[in-house]
Amino acid sequence: MASVHFTQNLARHTDCPTAELPAGTVAELLERYFERWPAVRGFVLDDQGEVRKHVKVLVDGRNLRDRQRLTDALDAGSEVYVFQALSGG
Amino acid sequence: MTRQLIVGTRKGAFLLGRRGKTWHIDRAALLGDPVSMVLGEADGTLHVAQDLGHFGVKMKRSRDGGATWEERPVPRYPPKPEGEEDVDPTRRTPVPWDLKKVWALEASPRAGELWCGTIPGALFRSRDGGDSWQIVESLWNDPRRKEWFGGGADYPGIHSVLVDPRNPDVVKIGVSCAGLWASADAGATWELQGAGMRAAYMPPEQALNPLFQDPHRIVQCAAAPEHLWIQHHNGIFRSRDGGRTCTEIETAQPSSFGFAVVVHPDNPDTAWFVPGVKDEKRYPVDGAVVVTRTRDGARSFDVLRDGLPQQHAYDVVYRHGLDIDADGATLAFGSTTGNLWLSEDQGDHWQQLSSSLPPIYCVRFAG
Repeated sequence: MASVHFTQNLARHTDCPTAELPAGTVAELLERYFERWPAVRGFVLDDQGEVRKHVKVLVDGRNLRDRQRLTDALDAGSEVYVFQALSGG
Repeated sequence: MTRQLIVGTRKGAFLLGRRGKTWHIDRAALLGDPVSMVLGEADGTLHVAQDLGHFGVKMKRSRDGGATWEERPVPRYPPKPEGEEDVDPTRRTPVPWDLKKVWALEASPRAGELWCGTIPGALFRSRDGGDSWQIVESLWNDPRRKEWFGGGADYPGIHSVLVDPRNPDVVKIGVSCAGLWASADAGATWELQGAGMRAAYMPPEQALNPLFQDPHRIVQCAAAPEHLWIQHHNGIFRSRDGGRTCTEIETAQPSSFGFAVVVHPDNPDTAWFVPGVKDEKRYPVDGAVVVTRTRDGARSFDVLRDGLPQQHAYDVVYRHGLDIDADGATLAFGSTTGNLWLSEDQGDHWQQLSSSLPPIYCVRFAG
């Protein structure tokens, strides 16, 4: 089981609780998450299924390597955090 | 029907109504997030498009006057085929097949039908009041679409969608930068129109190519939709034949540069503009905000100043920042400085409704 956490800045827009799900890759983890919370998909991924330019994804403390296909592997107990890159305005 | 004015800004939407002798802000909605486009339908339904930056473009709908909003699906681009070449011809950068901005939102006379123009330049249609969207594939897949190029924005986009009130199958779009396109069959086929528009930013032999035109905004007269007015990057143009041919108007003072234009709903010879210093500078001539108006088909222009700041005003009015009510007398416009003005006598006198709104992206009367 891997867990996924979302920034509170996203919770302002849509329900996105932390969840633990079985998954071997980040793509699998998010797909399973979106099955249950479909509204979250469009906030994190663009129309081509890539991570939005200003969204930051950390896998066990490291930046996600494959932002196009999200193939980064997960271990049992992996922690994935979805943040927003900082910017102002 | 209660008249309503909807204002989309960098920090939310503001809903105004007329109470007593003037107009007031009745509600501030969706505060904190940019609202790039608003639409108020005749039945009172409100639509907004938000640009959440990090988290993309979202659309919301309200059926209780803006008290509550429901998240609605956004237009989605199709999957980009592996190896598909699609680059902005000027910048040579890839055009993302991903929604960056809702730049136009229009209701059709056909119940439930909405049209949405976007950046990167695509047109979407909803037949269920915004519960779902379908891309207009004939346009997206048209090989000429890949010749569209971005102007001020990074990618080309559709900012004007004109639906013929007499026949909703007749749809025209304004594209920056790709001119004026028309469909007579609800988007099944498209014709590039706009002969006569002139692009001084192109080499002389290309200046009249209809594909290279940058109309900032195109509007049609509701009662006589063959009459179009165009505020173009190079100046003002009008068409009397539905956009097939356009004539340049070079007599407007103090400038014919600007973004916004509206036309009287019943009188195709009456139109308004908010001019600025061309073309990289883009602020009111001499720091004085004015509206220009013609009532005789551009033979002459009035310069309207009453109630508008005439010293040290540097307001820019974006292409969707000026609107006219269906009554043909009430106009409103809003600026990047957060000023909002309204006139109930076709622009002869203006009242300032606010001087402290966030930067204003769009101003629209409902209905």
